[in-house]
Amino acid sequence: MSAVEIRNVGKIFNVGSSNQVDALVDVDLSIASGEFVSLIGPSGCGKSTLLRLVANLLEPTSGDIAVNGKSPKQARLDQDYGMAFQQSGLFDWRSVAKNIELPLELKGWDKAKRRERAIEMLELVKLADFAEHFPWQLSGGMQQRVAIARALAVHPQLLLMDEPFGALDEMTREHMQGELLSICRRTGSTVIFVTHSIPEAVYLSNRVVVMSPRPGRITKIVDVDIEGERTDATRDDAAFFAGITAVREALRGVEMTAHVRGIEDR
Amino acid sequence: MTATVTTPQRTSALQRRLRRVVLFVVSLLLVAVVWEVYKAIGPADGGKIFGWKLLPRSNDNAMPHVWEMLSRYADPELRGSSRAIWRVVLAGAWFSFRLALVGFFIGTVLGLLLAILMARFKVAERGILPYLVVSQTVPLIALAPLVVSWGGKLEIFGWEWPRWLSASVLGGFLAFFPVAVGGLRGLTSPPAASVELMNSYAASWTQTLFKLRFPSAVPFIVPALKLAASSAVIGVVVAEISTGLKGGIGRLIIEYAREATSDPAKVFTAVFGAALLGLTMSGFVTLADIYMMRNRPKEATT
Repeated sequence: MSAVEIRNVGKIFNVGSSNQVDALVDVDLSIASGEFVSLIGPSGCGKSTLLRLVANLLEPTSGDIAVNGKSPKQARLDQDYGMAFQQSGLFDWRSVAKNIELPLELKGWDKAKRRERAIEMLELVKLADFAEHFPWQLSGGMQQRVAIARALAVHPQLLLMDEPFGALDEMTREHMQGELLSICRRTGSTVIFVTHSIPEAVYLSNRVVVMSPRPGRITKIVDVDIEGERTDATRDDAAFFAGITAVREALRGVEMTAHVRGIEDR
Repeated sequence: MTATVTTPQRTSALQRRLRRVVLFVVSLLLVAVVWEVYKAIGPADGGKIFGWKLLPRSNDNAMPHVWEMLSRYADPELRGSSRAIWRVVLAGAWFSFRLALVGFFIGTVLGLLLAILMARFKVAERGILPYLVVSQTVPLIALAPLVVSWGGKLEIFGWEWPRWLSASVLGGFLAFFPVAVGGLRGLTSPPAASVELMNSYAASWTQTLFKLRFPSAVPFIVPALKLAASSAVIGVVVAEISTGLKGGIGRLIIEYAREATSDPAKVFTAVFGAALLGLTMSGFVTLADIYMMRNRPKEATT
């Protein structure tokens, strides 16, 4: 069974009004369990919208989505996925451990079990010494790691990430990419990852979904053929560069068609 | 990676607080000095500036010496009575303090309930908020006799409405407004991403209220509570005066004011008592503030 099935999905904002936007049309995507898939494209291509449809934070206008064989709503209620955003979104008034415990608290776990899981998650993201610190005492990269730990706290099979490293500097970013992959290897999670960065998408993903705007749609799916475990050495690998080139070309095609369409519109 | 960890600097916070206390005392002394200087050089029977009668009278009746006001505390309230006036003023302040506390409590609960209702339903916000603003333009003096007469007719399960409760209700009437407005702003302050996060956890509205909205609202509610505390004091003092309730500082002010010609320093003892009352109330709120904000980033604490 695939982890996520997206069939013929369309999303229109402000239906019927003058500022109606076709955010997504005819999106088909099937994501296998344990797969790492990135969504990439210029702003307005609907990649974040697609992620929110899977998360059931938005309802599709047309088409069907299945998450672990269930409706997205059921999957959300069952906490089948964890989510991380560009802003870590940690609560200032909660300690690091308490932030990670939040989803468990909402599910009604008892205190001891919650704490145990939070410590386990903090060890996973290598922040075990910071359990009692407060988010504003941590650096941006550390905050983002806490946010990932929080997303993983319910042991979800599916991880939805919306530019989680977008606000980090390049060094921290590459480090976090490595951390994320090693976490995924250990947990076997399926990941849908929205990003603006081509190298990031290629380095992390099994497949890179290239999207284009007006209307938002999938233009190409690039398979990344990097052999074996990805390490820092992967960044010098020929297959890595081949992947980058392929994604870049697919994105260039997007810009070209957008340009041509622009002329036709006049 | 660069892992910069900053620890809160508690000593400097303590120093800042200490400095604030010292500044407060200095400013009090400064006011006393300005008072005496004006008294020394100002016109005894008032004066005109460009034909406008602006300068207040500086004679002993209008502006008693600071030391006279202070020494008045030690003298008995009335000639022949054995109770020093500071005990009378303190007892009055204590009486009004308890009423103001009840009023503050009524105002806070009512204000928070209204804020929650308005945050929950956009319709409620549009429907209620204008009335809240209008409610504050009704003069308290006009409202006081009404509340007293309504209260006098109330009897709930054999429990009779005490007279003092009317004064507390009027204090609450002034206190609820800043709490409702500040609370609404605070409850709607969390960024969309945080609300989305709670939704992704399938959190109910009540869970979001207690885990996200209330904690986010604290920096907005605390200043509102400070305002509410002093409003409750004003409300209670004015209500005491306009309903003729005995025992409180409001009553003392009006009684002593009648003796202003023969004993000008007397009314000031009661006025300072009322000021002390307001300060004590906001002092308690400040303590609560320090406790609630102890783990927040420094920018958020003011």
